[in-house]
Amino acid sequence: MAFFELRGVSKSYGSGSQRTSVLADINLEIREGELLAVVGFSGSGKTTLISLMAGLIEPDAGHVLLDGAEIDGPGPDRGVVFQNYSLLPWLTVHGNVLLAIRHVHAGRPRQEQSELADHYIDMVGLMPARDKYPRALSGGMRQRVSVARGLATDPRVMLLDEPLSALDALTRATLQDEIEQIWRRDRKTAVLITNDVDEAILLADRIVPLRPGPGATLGPSFEVALDRPRDRTAINHDPTYKKIRAQVTQYLMLVGRSHRRAGRRSAPALPDLRPLDLGPPRSRVVR
Amino acid sequence: MSNKVRVIRGLDMVGLGLLVPFVKLATGEAPRTQAREILQSVGLPVLAIGAFLLAWSLLASSVETSIGSVPGPIAVATEAGNLVADHRAERAKEAAFYERMETLKLKYAEEGKPWKDRRYSGKPTYFDQILTSLKTVFAGFVLASLIAVPLGILCGLSDRFYAALNPLIQVFKPVSPLAWLPIVMILVSALYTSADPMFEKSFISSAVTVALCSLWPTLVNTALGVASVDPDHMNVARVLKLSQMERVFKIVLPSALPLIFTGLRLSLGVGWMVLIAAEMLAQNPGLGKFVWDMFQNGSSQTLAQIMVAVFTIGLIGFALDRMMSFVQSLVSFDVAPAKA
Repeated sequence: MAFFELRGVSKSYGSGSQRTSVLADINLEIREGELLAVVGFSGSGKTTLISLMAGLIEPDAGHVLLDGAEIDGPGPDRGVVFQNYSLLPWLTVHGNVLLAIRHVHAGRPRQEQSELADHYIDMVGLMPARDKYPRALSGGMRQRVSVARGLATDPRVMLLDEPLSALDALTRATLQDEIEQIWRRDRKTAVLITNDVDEAILLADRIVPLRPGPGATLGPSFEVALDRPRDRTAINHDPTYKKIRAQVTQYLMLVGRSHRRAGRRSAPALPDLRPLDLGPPRSRVVR
Repeated sequence: MSNKVRVIRGLDMVGLGLLVPFVKLATGEAPRTQAREILQSVGLPVLAIGAFLLAWSLLASSVETSIGSVPGPIAVATEAGNLVADHRAERAKEAAFYERMETLKLKYAEEGKPWKDRRYSGKPTYFDQILTSLKTVFAGFVLASLIAVPLGILCGLSDRFYAALNPLIQVFKPVSPLAWLPIVMILVSALYTSADPMFEKSFISSAVTVALCSLWPTLVNTALGVASVDPDHMNVARVLKLSQMERVFKIVLPSALPLIFTGLRLSLGVGWMVLIAAEMLAQNPGLGKFVWDMFQNGSSQTLAQIMVAVFTIGLIGFALDRMMSFVQSLVSFDVAPAKA
């Protein structure tokens, strides 16, 4: 039996003729201790998918099961790292992490709770910024806090909703390495939503593409049989890496193209315009 | 952080941002830029005030009223000096009275006669009246906040509650203090019938009227602040499974605090404006009564004295607003807090 499972889940928004199906018949089984990446185009329903897993929204049909039991709304057993960090701006880094700890380790003395918060802040390397407010932090640092807060509840599953998509390329690479390191330490079951195939290959054990919506479904899963720790420069020359990358990219392009073709029927026809020559406009040329 | 940065931030927070270029100039930071800024932030207002005073004195001397000519700026300034002198004289008289009482008390004690303390019953000075006004407006403001903030939180949390209250809010919001006051005065004399009253009835009537008129901005802004909590923050609360109470105190209130304080600041402004009218009619011995008494008494100084009151009211209102703006910046998380 799968550890975390989505069985026949579908979700639509709106009602009547405005009703659009976002996800249709999603089936997914996640093994314990697995890091699974869901890769998809933007607007394909990735955030809806993770909200369903977190229990923030309820499926119209189907079931979300954790350890065989249907989930009942959101809870700290499924930690979420939100795309836009969602840090509370009136609390310091320590305060934000402590808020999560207070509710999971409510019985412990204050001192211990505070030390535990420091432990998670240290884990993401933010001890120098412990007493800073989120507005004083860079995007990468904010996301680190968000990761620390997600880990602080010691969840059974971590849900990462495009955690790095708002960051610049360099910060993104650093954080990818850090997330991989943290994950390797206790091999917590995790779902990573991303639109970056390289990120998925670098981090995940298995990749599942999300076919573009409306009525998005999941594609076949691709195992990432690469040894850890994965080195981002060495991996580029690894034949397995190249193969997986080619497979996933090809699959995504294929479903993307057929989706666009299907969509073109309803789109208005655009005039076939082409420039006659590529020189500067005549009138601008000074003689 | 350097001391200079700290000083500049402090000035910004208390709303004295126009002093910032002076601080920068004193530390020799880009003197030309600072000079231009000072010219703009200090020079232009000074110019405008000068033009105003000039126009005032020119126009004032050309208008004759039943109680003499309209006083110009100099007459008003002299009158302000007189009021200060009156206050000093009255305080000296009071001190002398209590000194006399002390010697009498000793004498009574020597002769073995019973002694009863007596209080000085001189007329309130201009500064006493200012103090009364401030006490009254704060009493009304605190009363208004105690009602408006909890109600606003309930309105923000529950759409149904808001829908139920909204018509009442809309109808009562535009009512003038002059309409409330008679009702309040009648109710106060009917209900507040203690033999040894702690407060004057006029004080309570004025404070309640101030509260009735000034609670609306706080109510509406609190409701707005509570209702517009970032849904992402609510999602955080849901993932952590915070209880309803914890959600209110740890997520909703902190994020609504800046708007609540915007409301409080507006309320205090409205309260101060309403107070003068309320005091006039309720005969609460504050600035409003001062204006009314001067108007009734119709002496040659009347106009000048009322004008002093107008400037006093304006300056105090401005100071109150600055004060609230400072408190607001302390609780607000989108600008720097005091200790960072």
